[in-house]
Amino acid sequence: MSMHVPIPKVSTLVGVWAALIVLTGTTSAVSYVELGEWNIVVALLIAFMKASLVVWVFMAIRHSTTLTRLFCIAGLLWLGIMIVITFGDYSTRNWTYQAQPWSHTKAVGGSH
Amino acid sequence: MAETIVPVSHEPPAEATHLRHHFATEEQQMDASTLGMWTFLITEVLFFGGMFAGYAVYRNLYPAAFASSSQYMNVVLGGTNTAVLICSSLTMALAVRAAQLSKQRDLILFLILTMIFGTIFLVIKGFEYHDKWVEGLVPGLHWGSYPEAPQFAHNAQILFFLYFCMTGMHALHMIIGLGLLSFLLIQAYRRVFHANYFAPVEMIGLYWHFVDIVWIFLFPLLYLIGHRR
Repeated sequence: MSMHVPIPKVSTLVGVWAALIVLTGTTSAVSYVELGEWNIVVALLIAFMKASLVVWVFMAIRHSTTLTRLFCIAGLLWLGIMIVITFGDYSTRNWTYQAQPWSHTKAVGGSH
Repeated sequence: MAETIVPVSHEPPAEATHLRHHFATEEQQMDASTLGMWTFLITEVLFFGGMFAGYAVYRNLYPAAFASSSQYMNVVLGGTNTAVLICSSLTMALAVRAAQLSKQRDLILFLILTMIFGTIFLVIKGFEYHDKWVEGLVPGLHWGSYPEAPQFAHNAQILFFLYFCMTGMHALHMIIGLGLLSFLLIQAYRRVFHANYFAPVEMIGLYWHFVDIVWIFLFPLLYLIGHRR
């Protein structure tokens, strides 16, 4: 009884390595170009592409069970929840909120 | 159904030795290991994620102070380290492949190469830390006057604090990884791993690739954004 695991080709692994090196060069080069707010977007986009390559091939998610993939996505989801809620907090701290008497709130309530 | 006569051996068949009694098949055992490792890695994602969220919050609060810090970051050393880690990930993936194919010598070779790349990374990181110390960029312990942008001398400390937390935690993971790899290397010398038993190589490989991914995000966030001018 031997294990039936798909063994990756050397060419696939080396190909992913080459793509990662090229993407590292690209992200370094792009950082010297002034793009304003877009610099961080491009940098993070390339980082996500690199991370996806590592997860898909090196970490063999492409051959893993659906349950393992689900766990992987769940990890990203929880990370997303943490970041969204943190920013929900920080981005709304400056909202001025005037406390109103109950009757007044009701009176203006219909117009919002 | 014809039966083949096998010579009687007092040793248990090699395939069976590593299958624990509570698993039905080798595949099931491997799936369980993989799922467990991924669960651990998710806790690691959230562990590093907390620091990334903190970084994002403070970058939003003090954008100018954060931008001023990037001129102190050595993009060449950071980029070199990124490439070194990518190479180590390749050799790690090749080590797993060698174990899957029972290629003992390749496995030892690729494990050693992975450890060499990991060590190079830590040495370069050490030089960077040394530079930061000399330049007085270590908040709390050795913080100078921040000559390039003295108006941010106060607020930029939070960035360098985050820099040392994040890269320090990453380096600690690398050191733990090197310890795990030396454990694998000893086992590999004893020819423990073969086509039917390579789970430890694959699991430590997953951990090593995860640490690589953390650096893939640290490099652009700490070194690249806003370093022009």
